[in-house]
Amino acid sequence: MAKRIDVSGLTAYYGSHKAIEDISMTVEPRSVTAFIGPSGCGKSTFLRTLNRMHEVTPGGRVEGKVLLDDEDLYGAGIDPVSVRREVGMVFQRPNPFPTMSIFDNVAAGLRLNGNYKKSELSDVVEKSLKGANLWNEVKDRLNKPGSGLSGGQQQRLCIARAIAVEPKVLLMDEPCSALDPISTLAIEDLIGELKERFTIVIVTHNMQQAARVSDRTAFFNLAAVGQPGRLIEIDDTERIFSNPSVQATEDYISGRFG
Amino acid sequence: MSHAATIHDKRPSTLRGASLPKWSPWAIAVGSIVVGIGISLAAGLDSKIQWGLIAAILFVLGTYGIAARVEGRRQAKDRVATSFVWVAFVIAVVPLVSLIWTTIARGVKVLDVYFLTHSMGVVADTEPGGGIYHAIIGSLEQVGLATLIGAPIGVMTAIYLVEYGRGRLAKAVTFFVDVMTGIPSIVAGLFILSLMLMFEMQPFGFAGSLALAILMMPVVVRSTEEMLKLVPNELREASLALGVPKWRTILKVVLPTSIGGITTGIMLSVARIAGETAPVLLLVFGNPFINSNPFEGAQASLPLYIYQQFSNSAGSGAAYDRAWAASLTLIAFVMILNLVARGIARWKAPKTGR
Repeated sequence: MAKRIDVSGLTAYYGSHKAIEDISMTVEPRSVTAFIGPSGCGKSTFLRTLNRMHEVTPGGRVEGKVLLDDEDLYGAGIDPVSVRREVGMVFQRPNPFPTMSIFDNVAAGLRLNGNYKKSELSDVVEKSLKGANLWNEVKDRLNKPGSGLSGGQQQRLCIARAIAVEPKVLLMDEPCSALDPISTLAIEDLIGELKERFTIVIVTHNMQQAARVSDRTAFFNLAAVGQPGRLIEIDDTERIFSNPSVQATEDYISGRFG
Repeated sequence: MSHAATIHDKRPSTLRGASLPKWSPWAIAVGSIVVGIGISLAAGLDSKIQWGLIAAILFVLGTYGIAARVEGRRQAKDRVATSFVWVAFVIAVVPLVSLIWTTIARGVKVLDVYFLTHSMGVVADTEPGGGIYHAIIGSLEQVGLATLIGAPIGVMTAIYLVEYGRGRLAKAVTFFVDVMTGIPSIVAGLFILSLMLMFEMQPFGFAGSLALAILMMPVVVRSTEEMLKLVPNELREASLALGVPKWRTILKVVLPTSIGGITTGIMLSVARIAGETAPVLLLVFGNPFINSNPFEGAQASLPLYIYQQFSNSAGSGAAYDRAWAASLTLIAFVMILNLVARGIARWKAPKTGR
């Protein structure tokens, strides 16, 4: 199910501003890859190019290749809508649809994409909520609005919503930055379970979190303010945190940076 | 100026100052009204507006003077600002209350079931009797058709501007919407009238609807635009990231989130066009008989009926009473629409309960 991502020579722009330059990397299926780096270095921008959300921003455009199991996401005739069904996304701030119940939130991806029977939907919703470790907390109030949940529950609801459409890859943009440590732990445990089924890419500012959850870690940096962000190195998480091959990585991780 | 307090306290607090009692604004208000009346009587002014204004000025000045003596200049300025707000509020509310009161008091005289269910077909404008059934039918049909045309076009234009519009076309559309907002209603009426004359048509209800739709559209566009801009971008992105096409995102996520506000905007614009007289006068012409077909023949409408009752009354009390009763009906209609809009907005608003 999970797919491999192969990025080569990727450059992304906002209008005439070059945000990231010449990034190449491989993300293995059924693994967790963490992106770390200072704010504004283009981690989130790069993440958003992986499911063509970057071009939703006015003026956003991309050069280079992103292969999802040998198929170029930016090739001719590729429908961005289909890409986003294969590559799901969880955002920094929990954003359940305020007009929908918990059930409808999880079912949204399926329901908005085609016709499903209520019974089929119930199965998917239950499976997804169980997958997001939220089922036991909400099973008695599926028809209540999703915005009534706590922040951590809302974020798990958003994860359930993302995995309900059975994507091949799950992108997470600082999914825990708005959450308390206990909710963060719940989501980190969840990431460990989800990597059995999905390829996961996570952006985080929390280095301990990167060390805890990821198999591989990529360090991004920018030469100076106004310069485009670049990939400094990507390696096994253990190596990055113990013996990185670039001095800048070690400086950043040990807090000597800047 | 708070010597009395500081003499008795051994260590005067720097945080606590002398302050006027809570009832002082009321006392100053009553005092200034009394003095205002006194001055007016002495000077022989008999206009209520004049003594009201004198009382208002005295109230503001008196508040400043008393507060400055007791509490200090800063608090006095604060009280004057507060009293200005109150005076402005009263000045704004008095005409409104007076208008509603006059309309109700004069309108209820002939407002009954008979009045609401009969036309003016066999009644001369100077005689008592008759009713506004034909005008209600006409108003409902004209405003309803105008809404059917104006609301969808307005909402879709706003969707274009907020969700799709980039560059020159969007700027041009925004500019023309702004221009349309400023069109006087008589000009919209003349525009349709010129078309009508070109095709040599007689007045009919739908022509009025077209002019009303022109007046309604920019209002709907503006209010809907504001409501759509309030929908957080994160919701759009969340939906797009689920692989939902943009048009479905707009239809199923953006519009439901903002439907309460959009409905309120449409209802308010309906209320606005329901009271338009000028285009109806030109295009629908008025008709004492019941004509329920908006596509053929002259029709009546409530604002037009009010105007004609006043102008054709020739001093007859019966016509004035009917005009007031029709005004009351029109106000009630607009008020009911507003209440419905609020109800819908509350019912459809995103729920936050647990």
